[in-house]
Amino acid sequence: MAIPFVYNVRHVMNRPMSTLTTALGIGLTVAILIGALALASGFRASLVSTGRDDNAIVLRKGADSEISSGISRDNANIVRALQEIATGPDGRPLVTADLVVVTNRERLGQSGSSNVTVRGVDASAITIRGGVKITAGRMFTPGTDEVIIGRRIAGRFKHCAVGDRIRFQQRDFTVVGHFSSGGSAFESEVWGDVEVLMPALDRDNTYQTIVFRMRDPQQFPALKARLEADPRLQVQVQIERRFFAKQSELFTGLITGVGLFITIIMAVGALFGAANTMFAAIGSRTREIAMLLVLGFSPRAVMVSFMFESVLIAALGGVLGILMALPVNGITSSTTNFTSFSELAFQFQVTPQAMMQGMGFALALGLLGGFFPALRASRQRLSTALRGG
Amino acid sequence: MNLFSLVLVNLGRNKLRTFLTLASVTVALFLFISLRGVLDTLHSSIEVGSRQRLITRNAISLVFPMPQSYGNRIAAVPGVRSVGVQNWFGGQDPRGAQYFYPQFAVDESFYPIYRNDVEIVEASQPTVPAAVPEGADPKLAAYYSEQTACVVGEKLMKKNGWKLGQTVTLSGTIYPGNWPLTIRAVYRAKNPAFGDETMFFQFKYLEQKGMGGSGRVGVYVLDLSDPERSAAVAKQVDGMFENSSAATRTESEQAFQAGFVSMYGNIPFVLNVIGLAVVFAILGIAANTMMMSMRERTTEFGVLKTLGFTDGTVFTLVLIEAAIITVGGGVLGALLAKLIVTGASTGFLPPLTIYWSSVALGIGIATLIGAISGLIPAFQASRLRIVDALRRVD
Repeated sequence: MAIPFVYNVRHVMNRPMSTLTTALGIGLTVAILIGALALASGFRASLVSTGRDDNAIVLRKGADSEISSGISRDNANIVRALQEIATGPDGRPLVTADLVVVTNRERLGQSGSSNVTVRGVDASAITIRGGVKITAGRMFTPGTDEVIIGRRIAGRFKHCAVGDRIRFQQRDFTVVGHFSSGGSAFESEVWGDVEVLMPALDRDNTYQTIVFRMRDPQQFPALKARLEADPRLQVQVQIERRFFAKQSELFTGLITGVGLFITIIMAVGALFGAANTMFAAIGSRTREIAMLLVLGFSPRAVMVSFMFESVLIAALGGVLGILMALPVNGITSSTTNFTSFSELAFQFQVTPQAMMQGMGFALALGLLGGFFPALRASRQRLSTALRGG
Repeated sequence: MNLFSLVLVNLGRNKLRTFLTLASVTVALFLFISLRGVLDTLHSSIEVGSRQRLITRNAISLVFPMPQSYGNRIAAVPGVRSVGVQNWFGGQDPRGAQYFYPQFAVDESFYPIYRNDVEIVEASQPTVPAAVPEGADPKLAAYYSEQTACVVGEKLMKKNGWKLGQTVTLSGTIYPGNWPLTIRAVYRAKNPAFGDETMFFQFKYLEQKGMGGSGRVGVYVLDLSDPERSAAVAKQVDGMFENSSAATRTESEQAFQAGFVSMYGNIPFVLNVIGLAVVFAILGIAANTMMMSMRERTTEFGVLKTLGFTDGTVFTLVLIEAAIITVGGGVLGALLAKLIVTGASTGFLPPLTIYWSSVALGIGIATLIGAISGLIPAFQASRLRIVDALRRVD
């Protein structure tokens, strides 16, 4: 027969301080785990949402990022003429050949500078990249020295307000608008007309990537095979979303790795703390446990009961951890994405999945930390336990 | 029996608990000091920059190269002793992206400029006689005689299990194609911030194979004869190219490195927050343990007081006990971090350094935690009235 759970619940409530400090130790560990996962998934989300499943991206063979790619104007024209490209409402093909360059800009409000991606695009880019919206001012006029700026960097770098003049190389450009794109990496970029930016940035006749909307995404494998086999082009073709998701792998892998490393070390500390608490809880109840055994509860039931008590404290810790990690949700932070070599702003995302993982982690800690104390409780010899305290 | 041996006996009474608490403090301090190490390493990577060197790069950003003709013009600026070329290669190990390590194409003036930061520990014998530029290590003769030779950091050699004379093939990302490079020398960084995990090969090779002979240079390293004049030199260099197609930005090597550190954005802040969380977590654990152990000993304190121990002595007794556990754990954790983490490599960062000042800080924090966690139980124990303590039956 099992010992009623209420027995453990009462005991846990009976010593609030010790329960709370133990739970807090576990809670902080869980909070850090969730925090690291939130950072990684926020970073990932901002890159993944950058691409679309029905867009294809063309890069030079061997290039592992946009900036290391290069496609000549002649080759771009070959790709532009493809039959598989969907057309927009105005009957024009939905294709943009992008110029992607990294420029060093001074930060606003603090000293130092960081890299910002400048993207020269075709006017149809806003339609091709779904979800791009002008949040202030207006779209740039093609053929002029106007640029629009992603809303995430607008407040972080100098000369980015609407109406400001921003200098690239020898030319001044006018900022005419800010744009959002559903939290994607584009929000950390400056956009302008590719044909104006290209000579201004001294990049004659070479685009970095070509992105087009596919008329029929089902045909992608055939299209990919055909383009990659074309001896004139020397390109690789990928689904846009998959390409950007891959760009996030290096950093998210690093963060998840570092986060796990920190969490595991902290967990060991919290584990010792939990074991300590349980040993003390059991030590002060030696006679009580002996009573339970005398009453006919099996050693197994005693063990289960104390494991439950430990898990109960850990669950409380898990809840505390989730509560502590929740405020992180939505905080905007930034770091350099080393595959694009420029700054990328992202929002921490405390996903339900991360919370579940944190809770699971806490419960595992409770089970582990409670195992040996519970084992000791169940193995007590009745004679000695009843005699002494 | 003096006070101290009494404390020791008390610590030995519940060995398991003492061990568990000590271990959790050790682990936490280990983590704390390791995180400090990462932060310190980030900051110290700035220090590889000597004041005697300037870096000239394209004003738009590092990604843009500059004409090779700039080299001679910069060298002619008064106060510049020599000019080296350094170009990021960004090749990939054929085994995959996770085996990433930095590679730079550098010209022959590069080694003389950095002669005080690196030493050549191993080198092949040259098969044909080759001139070694003045100021460069004569052991580099084999490297200089072969266009496709490279110099590799000691740690990188070990990590990949490479041997001197072996040919390593990189696949270019910025400069397409396969790039076979033969290891002709191994270097060790005398300045730890320089790092032992980089590959250097000849700029000539990159220029001919990757740039179609038209040299474009990533950055110029300027070795100054008079560091006092660095600001004036920087100004003159940038002024020279101000209205050309590739304007430059010249800054001290230190400022250049600081730019990389600032790229990490808010990551150092996040690490600091984690460090704080760790400290609070151990504070909780230690305080909890001390309180538990005091509660069990309530009767005993009554006895001690009956025997004539003053409130003050009991207070000290408890406080010392707490301090021994946390300081012991702190010292252990900090030293472990110093031993284990020092030199660990993290990809982009130079090998981690744990300063003795960090170790001292860790021990200081441990002492503080001991004091705080012991304070309440110590206070309670000292305030205990004998009657209450002895009346209690457990």
